[in-house]
Amino acid sequence: MDEELERDEKVFLLGEEVAQYDGAYKVSRGLWKKYGDKRIIDTPISEMGFAGIAVGAAMAGLRPICEFMTFNFSMQAIDQVINSAAKTYYMSAGLQPVPIVFRGPNGASAGVAAQHSQCFAAWYGHCPGLKVVSPWNSEDAKGLIKSAIRDNNPVVMLENELMYGVSFELPAEAQSKDFLIPIGKAKIERQGTHITVVAHSRPVGHCLEAATVLSKEGIECEVINMRTIRPMDIDAIEASVMKTNHLVTVEGGWPQFGVGAEICARIMEGPAFNFLDAPAVRVTGADVPMPYAKILEDHSVPQVKDIIFAIKKTLNI
Amino acid sequence: MRKMLAAVSRVLLGVAQKPATRVLVASRNFANDATFEIKKCDLHRLDEGPPVTTVLTREDGLKYYRMMQTVRRMELKADQLYKQKIIRGFCHLCDGQEACCVGLEAGINPTDHLITAYRAHGFTFTRGLSVREILAELTGRRGGCAKGKGGSMHMYAKNFYGGNGIVGAQVPLGAGIALACKYNGKDEVCLTLYGDGAANQGQIFEAYNMAALWKLPCIFICENNRYGMGTSVERAAASTDYYKRGDFIPGLRVDGMDILCVREATKFAAAYCRSGKGPILMELQTYRYHGHSMSDPGVSYRTREEIQEVRSKSDPIMLLKDRMVNSNLASVEELKEIDVEVRKEIEDAAQFATADPEPPLEELGYHIYSSDPPFEVRGANQWIKFKSVS
Repeated sequence: MDEELERDEKVFLLGEEVAQYDGAYKVSRGLWKKYGDKRIIDTPISEMGFAGIAVGAAMAGLRPICEFMTFNFSMQAIDQVINSAAKTYYMSAGLQPVPIVFRGPNGASAGVAAQHSQCFAAWYGHCPGLKVVSPWNSEDAKGLIKSAIRDNNPVVMLENELMYGVSFELPAEAQSKDFLIPIGKAKIERQGTHITVVAHSRPVGHCLEAATVLSKEGIECEVINMRTIRPMDIDAIEASVMKTNHLVTVEGGWPQFGVGAEICARIMEGPAFNFLDAPAVRVTGADVPMPYAKILEDHSVPQVKDIIFAIKKTLNI
Repeated sequence: MRKMLAAVSRVLLGVAQKPATRVLVASRNFANDATFEIKKCDLHRLDEGPPVTTVLTREDGLKYYRMMQTVRRMELKADQLYKQKIIRGFCHLCDGQEACCVGLEAGINPTDHLITAYRAHGFTFTRGLSVREILAELTGRRGGCAKGKGGSMHMYAKNFYGGNGIVGAQVPLGAGIALACKYNGKDEVCLTLYGDGAANQGQIFEAYNMAALWKLPCIFICENNRYGMGTSVERAAASTDYYKRGDFIPGLRVDGMDILCVREATKFAAAYCRSGKGPILMELQTYRYHGHSMSDPGVSYRTREEIQEVRSKSDPIMLLKDRMVNSNLASVEELKEIDVEVRKEIEDAAQFATADPEPPLEELGYHIYSSDPPFEVRGANQWIKFKSVS
């Protein structure tokens, strides 16, 4: 964000606690000190109001980054995201673009219970006119936020609170100020031959852990990091399934009408269906509002063992 | 002199159907301008309000008259086209409220910004679009200002941000446009309109708070036409003093049927905002002759007598006409000429809007994303694909 604020003076950040508090999760640390009140704006607790203000500013030609402290609170403002931002370019037949980024932590955290743990990938991924991205590691986070800010369309960036604190080695090219990850392209994090495992956000790490365990048993998983929910890179998933003949999807959100459900539907409709040797399988969050007690919470999110189990079931092992 | 010769030659050629009085009109001297008294505005947290007299030039008067008459006839034409089922879906008409859109425009610059809700046809015109493009958008044709993809509630123009369908959502948007005005430092203001019904939306109070906190150059304007759909103001609002409901934001209540009152109040409000003092609120007291929309006859929640009373005593076009004629700024005949010209313009536009073809099916998927390479959009089943171009 710092790099993009420096590069283009039309970019600015607004949200609760983004300025003087350095960000509720410290994501915007140091920015207010560097850029001041004009570019880094603390808002009152008024999601519908400030999301609308951000969209209006984008319509008038600025490039706002609108932070939701968590995407759970975006529900207060969802009308502005969908009806004012996502649909406007279409309704105006191309006269009125809305170059805005909505970002913030999404999905389960640790011990924050039902109202603070919902995953919104399926809800936002449902809507034409929006782009929805979901980074897993540091490289994803950097490349995707920069692409999102430079994109002339409304982009929802679903971050993950638990991943904020995880460090990754940043490859050389990712260290450049112009390092961008194209929106709409998935990444194959690990090559494999026996089964395709597709995930987004934190679960990508769990899939790689599962792949490491399974490798010792001679099962080689191809792990795909979606990076973008919408527009979905179904071509990458299809190409992989046509190679491995098996598919497992993994996500943190609820199963019904989720990301995995969409992937399965599209696989059925496309060339990859005829290459499946077994039905595609989904690993998801449990179909309950997130409970608080640790044992219950642990079993409400997909764990490595659940992924391994699903993979073995699919391979009939 | 030239006018007189032209008029004389027309009469001699017998081409125009114009009466002989045309010659007399051309040689008559009109006043260049006249001073009028206008109603004093009720004030909230303001020591002074807009002036109580104003000067209207003949040129401006004729311009305002023509604009109001155009809006009036355009809306009536839309009514007609709707009843013929050539316009479908939502159609919210603003006849009766012409002094608002024309008066507001008269008080600002084209470089200022304006956003409103769904009763937007009048503003779409005053902000610069042609009747042709507006009617063709209502009839859903490719010549419409949004190529037929938006319809009645989604028309856009330069510095005009619609046309918004979700009640109240346009108010934070307007505050955001004002934020951009302040950010860019160009002394522009944003007129952010909403109705008496929308005034009870929570997000409007959120917008008031942030606009005041950050001193945004936003003129909040409540177009109070006494009814939110079928609910009268007394039945919807604990306080119907809409100009006071910005609380810490200064406000004024304006006679929205008098275009000069609206103009002066707007100039006052715009000057206030431009001076960096922050937002201000204007309540325009106005009235709509039609029901809420074309599916509402508009008489189950109000009386025909009430509608008739407003029409006969407070019609904005009549008020301007009377003022101009009585002060020798224009003649009755001259204004009738304008009426004829306006009718023709509307008729031509309606012809176009009826004859223009619908947008091509191939473009159904267009305009999903801005500035992107073309991609495919799914249709009703997996085999139907539409190309999407920015």
